[in-house]
Parts: sequence; C-alpha cells; structure tokens
Amino acid sequence: MKIGLDIGSTTIKCVVLDEENRIVYHSYERHYSQIVEKAAEILTSLGEQVVHGRKAMVAVSGSAGMGVAESAKLPFIQEVFATRIAAKTYIPDADVIVELGGEDAKILFLTGGTEVRMNGSCAGGTGAFIDQMATLLNISLDEMNEAAKSYDKIYTIASRCGVFAKSDIQPLLNQGAQRNDISASIFSAVVNQTIAGLAQGRDINGKVLYLGGPLTFLSELRKSFDNTLGLQGICPENSLYYVALGAALSAEEEIDLPDAAQAVAHYTGSGNFAANPPLFTNEAEYEEFVARHEKATVKTADLSTYQKPVYIGIDAGSTTLKTVVLGEDGELLDSSYQPNSSNPVPLVREFLLGLYEKHPGIRIASSAVTGYGEDLIQNAFRVDNGIVETVAHFTAAKRFMPDVDFVIDIGGQDIKCFKIRNGAIDNIFLNEACSSGCGSFLQTFANALGYSIADFARKGLFAKHPVNLGSRCTVFMNSSVKQAQKDGATIEDISAGLSVSVVKNALYKVIRATTPQELGEHIVVQGGTFLNDAVLRSFELELGVQVVRPTISGLMGAYGAALYAKKQSTGKSSLLSLEELKGFTHKVSVVSCGLCSNHCRLTVNTFAGGRKFIGGNRCEKPVTKKGTDEGLNLYEYKRQLLDEYQQVQGSRGKIGIPMGLNMYELLPFWHKLFTTLGFEVVTSPASNRALYLKGQHTIPSDTVCFPAKLIHGHVQALLDEGVGTIFYPCLTYNLDEHLGDNHYNCPVVAYYPEVIGANMGELKKVTFIDDYLGIHRRKEFPGKLLEVLSRHFEGLTLKEVKAACKLAYAEHDAYLQKVRNKGREIIEKARGEGRQIIVLAGRPYHLDPETNHGIDKLIASFGAAIVTEDAVSDQVEKFPTGVLNQWTYHSRMYAAARYIADKPDMNLVQLVSFGCGVDAITTDEVREILEDEGKIYTQIKIDEITNLGAVKIRLRSLFAALKDR
Amino acid sequence: MPIPQRIPFTKEMKKNYTVLIPMMLPIHFELLKNVFNHEGYNMVLLTSDGPNIVQEGLKYVHNDTCYPALLVIGQFIDALNSGKYDLSRTALIITQTGGGCRASNYIHLLRKALRKAGYGDIPVISLNPSGLEKSPGFKLTLTLIRKLLACLVYGDAMMLLQNQVKPYEVNPGESQALVDRWVKTLSDQISAGEGKSIKELRANVEAIVKDFSEILVNRVPKVKVGVVGEIYIKYSRLGNNNLEAFLASQDCEVNVPGLMGFMLFKCDNRLEDIKLYGGSKAKYALVNFLMNYLLKTEQILIDAVKPYPQFTPPGSYLHVKELVKGVIGYGNKMGEGWLLTGEMLELIESGYPNIVCTQPFGCLPNHICGKGMIRKIKSLHEDANIVPIDYDPSATKVNQENRIKLMLSVAKEELQEWLKGSAQEVPAAAPVKKEPAAAR
Repeated sequence: MKIGLDIGSTTIKCVVLDEENRIVYHSYERHYSQIVEKAAEILTSLGEQVVHGRKAMVAVSGSAGMGVAESAKLPFIQEVFATRIAAKTYIPDADVIVELGGEDAKILFLTGGTEVRMNGSCAGGTGAFIDQMATLLNISLDEMNEAAKSYDKIYTIASRCGVFAKSDIQPLLNQGAQRNDISASIFSAVVNQTIAGLAQGRDINGKVLYLGGPLTFLSELRKSFDNTLGLQGICPENSLYYVALGAALSAEEEIDLPDAAQAVAHYTGSGNFAANPPLFTNEAEYEEFVARHEKATVKTADLSTYQKPVYIGIDAGSTTLKTVVLGEDGELLDSSYQPNSSNPVPLVREFLLGLYEKHPGIRIASSAVTGYGEDLIQNAFRVDNGIVETVAHFTAAKRFMPDVDFVIDIGGQDIKCFKIRNGAIDNIFLNEACSSGCGSFLQTFANALGYSIADFARKGLFAKHPVNLGSRCTVFMNSSVKQAQKDGATIEDISAGLSVSVVKNALYKVIRATTPQELGEHIVVQGGTFLNDAVLRSFELELGVQVVRPTISGLMGAYGAALYAKKQSTGKSSLLSLEELKGFTHKVSVVSCGLCSNHCRLTVNTFAGGRKFIGGNRCEKPVTKKGTDEGLNLYEYKRQLLDEYQQVQGSRGKIGIPMGLNMYELLPFWHKLFTTLGFEVVTSPASNRALYLKGQHTIPSDTVCFPAKLIHGHVQALLDEGVGTIFYPCLTYNLDEHLGDNHYNCPVVAYYPEVIGANMGELKKVTFIDDYLGIHRRKEFPGKLLEVLSRHFEGLTLKEVKAACKLAYAEHDAYLQKVRNKGREIIEKARGEGRQIIVLAGRPYHLDPETNHGIDKLIASFGAAIVTEDAVSDQVEKFPTGVLNQWTYHSRMYAAARYIADKPDMNLVQLVSFGCGVDAITTDEVREILEDEGKIYTQIKIDEITNLGAVKIRLRSLFAALKDR
Repeated sequence: MPIPQRIPFTKEMKKNYTVLIPMMLPIHFELLKNVFNHEGYNMVLLTSDGPNIVQEGLKYVHNDTCYPALLVIGQFIDALNSGKYDLSRTALIITQTGGGCRASNYIHLLRKALRKAGYGDIPVISLNPSGLEKSPGFKLTLTLIRKLLACLVYGDAMMLLQNQVKPYEVNPGESQALVDRWVKTLSDQISAGEGKSIKELRANVEAIVKDFSEILVNRVPKVKVGVVGEIYIKYSRLGNNNLEAFLASQDCEVNVPGLMGFMLFKCDNRLEDIKLYGGSKAKYALVNFLMNYLLKTEQILIDAVKPYPQFTPPGSYLHVKELVKGVIGYGNKMGEGWLLTGEMLELIESGYPNIVCTQPFGCLPNHICGKGMIRKIKSLHEDANIVPIDYDPSATKVNQENRIKLMLSVAKEELQEWLKGSAQEVPAAAPVKKEPAAAR
C-alpha cells in the first residue's frame, strides 16, 4: 500500500492507495500547529488500522511537511508538483488547475506548455485570508458562503494581504454596507488576486479543476471564479486530497511505519531559532510588575446613586465599541467594552436605551464620539461632539500623566502614537497599510492555534525562549511562525515571540525609533492590546523604561471623548431621547456618486424621521451639493492644464501616449513636439478601476508600485481604441533642474516601457516606440529622436524635428511656469484669508485621482489650500542633503520641505506609493529636513486601494495639532 | 541646517586604523583584503553571521530600504558593537556605484545609521570608480586598480571552477583545499608586485584550471541551476540564506556568473550613454580604451577553460550583450540592468535552464530586468525554468526553499526524461552542453 501525507499550514490530509491506485482510506484534520504530534499519531494509527502491518510506501508533501520529512527521513514531494502527478493520473484531460490552500495559491497549466506557479511571499488571497475576513465579519465560513449567495453589489477590496483588505472592509462595515455584499466582494477579491498574481498574462481556459480546502468548501468562491473566467470549472471528487494523492503516487520507498512515527515524534527541530530573553524569569517578577501597573487607575463612583450631570464618551473603534459614563469630577461611573460585530449602530442604541431605562433620572450634560465610526454614530444619535482619535487619547493620557510626552495606543487594527511638544500633539505616527501588527493580529493567531487570546497571551509570559519573529505583516508572520515551529519552538515561545513582534513592529516600523530617549521620558501606553501583559512587558523590556498603562487601557478613547465632552459641555446634551431611541430605525442603501471622476461609492444611511448620513465620500459635494473651493487646489489646476492638451488632427496619423508615470508631466512636451510634427496625439482616457482591471492580468511583478501597474491599463486602452502607434520611451534621465547631484528618473519610471513591451503581447500588432531617449541633452536630442522616428515614419527632416523640439522644450518650461505662478497665487490668496497651506508633495503622476484617491479633495474639505512640490521647489537653491540627491522628482520634495521650513502657515504632506523603494530614502530625509525646523511631518501611503479612514485621522490630527500650536 | 560634517579618512588614519570590509564574495574579498593590506592598510573582512546582524539593520535602517543595505549596515554595526575593535581607530569601507538605483545611497544610509547608533565619529571610505567621494587617506592608484582587477579575475576563475567540480568530487573537500592554496599563492604573488599583467594572469589562470581538472571527479548527471539577481543577494550567503549550500544539499550543480561581467557592464554603460544620448568624444575614447582592456582581461579565463571539455566556460560579455538584443535595451543600466536578463539567457544557452532569480523584496530595477523579463525569456526558450525569489528580513527560508523545490522538481523530471532518452540512444561520450534541453 502507498501512503501520501499532505501537511499543510492548517491541516493534515492523508490518503492510502491500493495496488491499483484506488483510495482505500483518507482523512482530513486541522492540526492546530501540533504538526509533529498529529503526524506521528496518523502514521501509528495507519499502521494499526489500515495497513495492518509495519511496512508501507510513504511520501510526504505540503508546505509544513518539509521538516517532518527531513526528521523521519521520509521522501518529500513538493506540493504543486504532487498535484500535477495526481491530476495526470486521475484527470488526464484537465487543462488548468486552480488550487487554493491555507496560505498558498497555485495555478498549474497542464496543456500547451506546462507551467506551475505559486504565489510569492507577499500574497494573501488564500484560505488564511478568507478565515481572517470571516473573523472580522464575525461569522463562520459557512455563513459567509451562504451570505454571498444573495448579493447586490461587489465592492473593491484589496486581497493582497489581510491587512489591506481589513482596512477596506472596516470602513464599509462602519458605513453600514451589507454583509452579503461584503462576503461576495471578498470572494471576488480572492479571484482577482489569484488571476492577477498567478496567470500573468496567460489565459485560463479549457477544462479547469478547482482544488484545495477553500474551493471545495465554498460554492460561492467557485461561482466567483466561474463568472470571472467565463467558464464552468470542476471541483472533482477528492478535491481536498490531490496533494496527498500525488505524494502517495510518488511513494516508492518502503518504510517501517512505527519507526517513522517514532522518528517524527522525537523530532524537536534544530532548536536553533533566534530567541529573545524571557519576558519574566519568575512569578515574583511578574507579580511585582502587575502590582506596579495596577496603580495607574481612575476614581470610580456608583452611577445608580449618582445625582449630578454625567458625560458620555463613545469610542466606535475598528473592532470594538467602548463606552464610558463620567461624573462631574471625572469619576468613572459606568463603562463597557464589546466587539462591535461589524455594525456599531444597534450596540450604541442598546447602550443608550439601557442607560435611560436603568437610570431614569439620569442627566446627560454632554457627549462625544471618536473612532472609525465617529461620523456614523454622531449622525445616528445626534452626539454632541465628534473628535479625532488622537485628540481623544491625548486628553485621556493627560489625566494619568500630566507631563506625558509620548502616547502609544495599539488597538484592534491600528497603532496610533504621537509625541507631545509644548502641550500639543506634535508628531503623529500611524501604522501604514502594510504593517498592522496589532491586536486583531494576535487574536487571529491565537484562534488559528486553537486558543483564546487571553490563554494564548498567558502562555507567553514565562516562555523560556521567545522566538524572534521579525517585525513584518501578518502574511510574513505566518511563515515565520511555521519556520520557528520547524526549528522546534514551543507554543509558549511563539506566543511570547508574537508579543515581542507586535512591539518591534510598532517601534521600528511605525515610529522608526532607535532609542527610548527618542520617545521621551513620560510614556503612556494604552489600547486594548496593552492589556495583554506579554505585550506590555515586551515593550518595557525593548525600551528599557517603565511606562504607565492605565487600568482602563482599553477604554482610553472613550474616556478621552467623555472628558472632551465635559470640557465642551453647554449643560444640555443633544443626544436622542428615550422616545426617539425607541422609535429609532436605520436603513442603508448604496449608490455611486457621479459628481466627479472619483466615483465614490456612497453608503446612504437613513435614520428615523428621514435624517440622512452619507458615508464613503471624499469631498462635501454629495452632502452639500456644492464643491469645495477648487480655486485653492493646485492639483485641480494641474489636471485642468493637462486636459487642455487635446487631439489635433495631423497628416502623419495618430500617436498614442499612455497617461501614467512620467508621461503625466511630460505630456506638454511630447504633445507639442508631435503636434508640431503633424501627428495627432491621442492620450489614454482618465484612469478608473475598470481601466486598471483591463491591464491587470499582464502585470509581471505584483510588488511594483500602483502607478506602474496602472499604466498597463492605459496601454490596453490605447490598444482597444485602435491607435496604431504607441509612444512610451525609456528615460534614464529626467531634465536637470539643478536641485540635486544628478537628475535620474527612478528605475521604475525610467524603464517601465520595457516591462510593458515584454508583457503585453497585443503590442506586437502595433508600432510600439519604447526607445531610450535623452531629453536631458537638449542639443543632441533632436538628432537622436530623428533616428528613432525615422525607423517608423518617412520624410522627417532634422530641421523640422529641431524646430519642434525647441517648441517642445519651451512648452514644457511654460507649463512648469504656469504651475508655479498659480501656486504663488494660491499661496498669496490663502495667506490673505488666513488659511492653512498644505504642500501635498509626491510625484507628478500622483495627480491621477485613481492614484491619490482624492486625498487632495479631502484636504480641501478641511478648508486648507493645496499646492504641489514643484510649485515651490524652484525658489530654493541647491543645498546639501544627508542622502545622495539624484532623482529629479525627489529633489523637488527636498527643496519644497526646505522652502516651507520657515513659513508658519505652510505644512507638507508627503504621498508615498506602497512598494516605492526610493521613498524609503526620501521619507526619512524629508522628515529630517522638516523636523530640524520644528515642523510636523505627515506621510500618507497610497496603493491600489487606500483606507481613507486612516488618512482622515492623520489629516485631522495634523490640523488639530496645527490649531493647538 | 545641521548636515553633520563628513569625517574624512586621513593619511594618518591609513597608518593606524583598522578598516572593516563587509562580506560579499568570500574568495574575491579575501584576495582584495590581502592586496589592500599589502598596500599599507589594515583591513579586516567581516565574516560574522547570525540573527543579530538583521536585528541591528532593522533598528538603524528604514525597514523598507533594500535588504542588502540593511544587511551590510547591520553587519557593520554588529561588528562595532562586538567589542573586538578599538572604536577610536576603526574605519569602514563601502562601495558606491553612482547609478540611478538606491544602491548609490548606501553610504549615506550607513552614515545616518552610524550617527543614530552613536558611532558618528567613525570614518567611512567610499570605494567608487567615478570620483563621487574622495578620502585623503585612500587613493586608488593605477597599480592598485590593476591589482584589484587581478583579484577579480582570479576570484571569478576559482568560483567558476569550484562550482563545476565540487558537486562531483570523489574526495570531498579537495576543491576547497585547492581554493585555499591558490588564495595564499596569489596573495603572495600580488603582494610581491607580481601576477597582475595580462601575461601573468594568463599563466596563473591556466595553472588554476589545470589544477582543478586534476581533481578526481565522478560526473553523474545532476540538475544544473543558475543563480542571477541583485548583486549582493546573488553572491552573499548572508543575503540569500545560504542558497548555494541549499542547492548543493539538493544535489545540484550551481552556476553563479562572475563579477567581471558586472564590471564590464558598468564600464560599458558609459559608452552606451554616449551612444544613446550623445556626449564627449574624448570621454568615449578614454572609456573605450578601458573597456577594451577589461575585455582582454575577461578573455583570459574563457581561453583558459576552453581546452577542457568537462568545464563550461563563462559566457563572454559581448556574447551576453548580443543575446539580449531585441529582448531589452542597452540603455537599461540601473542596478544589474540588461545584464541580469542577459545572464539568464546565457545560462539557458549553456545548459543551465533552471534559474533562481534572486532579489531583495521591492528591488526596483529587478521589477524590470528580472521579473519583468521572465515571460519574454519563456517565449524564446520553452525549457526555461525560472523561479523569482524575494529576500528580506522576514521572508522565511521555508517559503523560499519550498518555491525553489518546485523549480527543482520540474528540473529533475526533465533530467529523468533526458536520462531515459539518452540511455537508449546516446553513445558513451555524453554531451557536455545543454543536457536536459537536448531532450527536446
């Protein structure tokens, strides 16, 4: 008999085959990371109950099987390869296999050139991802599948990794989007991720097999694949067991089962993992620690006997809802902390109803709400004040430590930290989309390993060797944990290691601190995650200082909100009355806003009495039907300027320009040049989601920045329009603006045409001009351009090319000048009106609303004026920088930072594309330039999809801090 | 604004300072170190390893910066922390390429990190070919440059031959012993002012090849794997989780293209810039002269290996350049640029169709010339079996090795099929080149 074991990231699958390769036994179990024990148990029981003897042929496969195979000297078969072997045996006419596992996604092309592909290390969209999403929605996988059967709308959700998707889903939930729509959207996101990440331009057609757990168990996921691929895939019998079958089929060596089980059971790994010192060496140390932290507490009183007016604070966080009731002297009268189950509205209603009903004489003087759900809750219940979370937390922290100079809050899925200088919030650090090592992260791990979060955390307290797991996002962490287990780490070590990693993530990724002195002497830590003693202890150990953790650590947002409400109180709260609450209703509908090119998906909440609240908007247009003052937004002006470069009929025919990356800024140049030469310049249409998806399947590297990915869609759009010539040259160098040591483009901007040429097959049908050109050498450029163009067009002369180039350079200069003039005008006007002026610094292609997600408009909605970095960079002389200043676009940012340093009404917000390696350097430098002059540095990371909720917090905190200064 | 003054490496420091060199290629760098020390420096090659290096890197370098910077800087800081060196008399040396990728900024990131770590007074020497930064106590004289070039030729020769002999050794350890012996011999020679002329280079390289050819081998067919990628990750054990050892444990023969191609590429870029965009004729002539000298030097190893059919000679630079024509442009010069694509094509052509393309996570040039070109390469060579692997502080060995194993499974299947085919028809003298590919 032949035995195949498939040890995956979450389950062990086993099959036994007879001589004719028929399945005589199979099993499927979750292993809760007890891999060694489970595998040994299976081998033993197989010997006793199935094989009825000691000997059988065995092979092992699966992502977690490598260690087991090594330890017991069992043959190992790579799992994708195993799948292929099984498919060839059982379904020889299959063309393509799509297999989703716990953490892996695979596509196998079996016919027409065999290819096997597996997701890279940065790719979610797998079983673990779906699990996480179900946890977030607080439903089981079955319920999720059931919900997805009836949906109306598909939302765009990033499935690159769970963290991204969470930040897409959370605002949707908070705005009141429906669970069935979200469930279906999650499946659709997985499908897009799999196809975009793995098909890489190859068509999926013919007989398609769906294999693996998620595709076996989730009918709606299969349907989603069917719809997208436009075919009817098959989920064959034994679809869970193909890897195990492949292993069994390749088993050739006869093994002694009891011996193998023995060897597996005694596998303890190399014990050679990197470890941190233990959190606590003994009980006494722990008790002393607990006693110290119990001192940071608040006064309490009994609400039922309290006579004076009370103040209500609500923190509608991302995963939990917190409420507090405070008395006149700030005493805590009542509080609650509960999961928000993806919709905080009914919970808040219950809370308020309970309050009125249990305490009929209650006198509510004022109320405030903070957190993700702030707008929704404020509107639903007529809460008196809404405040940004950072301000709420600062207000609360001050109660415990009046001279606090650093607050760090780690909540369910975000980290908020800020420095306090001269009594005002000074510098804000929020976790970016890709580094959410937070509370829900620990929770997910605890659950995956079969523990409650409390038990799991306790296990870590006395771990001997807390594993060193690095400080990356959840997806990476999964495999780090796997590696540690392979190396023999215990659950205790892993639990402690995860707590340490949460702390390291916050310190080194979010705050970017190197020493405790940088944070300050008086540190208050808060947020639900710090209630976890293991996390708190790691934090103190890592920094080498003692910090204050209030006993109400998890309630600090609500506590701060209540304190704020008290400060702002007029004596009479506008909260809904008992009667109003009883008749309260809440309906949600979803519409697309058509008022501008952002096409925001709006959730319209209708409450009893016809009161409305619109969520999901970036600007005030859909609410007030009026635009914000676009006259003070240089982004808007630049877009209008570029729109003026329209098609002009020409005798030489059409030439297409994809509007992305550097072509954005160079449009005036190329347009003038080609129009003068008699070409009709056709630009690709404005970016939108549909345009992006059109080109998505041709992207070869899924970790490149979004602006680069977007250009695939633009080229596809030009192809679809039937433009016969597409012009997209490689430009190593940009024009020299004499601000830096060199004037390069970044490697992606410089050479992306090569990627387009190599990966978009349809370009073969047209003339694609992607030559290397040197616009930086004005003298030689016309001759070189003529050489290139003459390969495709007849009759061009050097004289006319020279003349056209001259005009093109002039046009480019004029364009820049117009931008600068307008910038100056805006600054002057805003200054006259006493407005804040924000330099929204990025790259020229961040103008694209699909790339910047309307952040310029969001800033405008706060009443600030917006200029770009290139509008002010020319007013600064070249100056020494701490880094090699060698990219034209980036030099402008350094110069802009320098320019605003001494202007009290100007501040800089830097837009950074996810995956931009160059910005790892520029962000630190821009920050240093600003901080040296006492300015606040604000960075916003943007990607395919961006969580505008987090952006809003950042911007509101910035404006709140500026107000306090 | 306080941009701190750069601490220069002075002539006095040359006399009594220890200069630390980060590790990349053990054979090459050992030779280089010996040469420098003979010039009057006191250089120490860092051979440190272990998780502390990554930890220090994560602490002092922006975590989104490329992994090589993080490792090199981490290795330096770990060394400075170790207590082994007198910090008042220690300097560091690092290369600075001056191209359009982030690598030109490593020295600045290093200085930033040193300041943060409290080592702001430690001088850093920039080793660069283009006069980006100068140190009074560190001069690249023409003689020194020729000596360094010689190290490069010898290093490439030994790396190439060791890779082709070691997997087949009858007596394990023999090729390593031979490398050790030659490193000593060559260091002595160069110190004595010998071994750097074209003639001497030729004689030495021929002797090295001969010595390697005399090691007793058993040439059983093995899966042949090429390794390409970002230069540090491709070569450095620290960077690629000891990729070569892993491939050896999987019973593979490995081919890692040498450093000479990269030098030629960097030199040629200056010519291509002038050809593409225009520029000074005098500069062109000067660089062209250097280019020709390098090409002549490159030829030495190729010529020396040719008479031995059991060895695969390195692909010549000009041939690699020819191979990328129509695949990727010569103007693509940032990072490894078109050379990376070219090396993949050359490896496939010389019988190494199984390729690990290594890159630091988020490496910008490799989006283009690595991952971006795989589809095109596959369309030209159906047998190309390329797996791109990302390396970063948290990418785990398990995941990396699993993906490499997938590539190897396909390769082993090809090899088996080829063996089945050749058992029937191929006569005794097995072909040396294009083994698995020949089955098609």
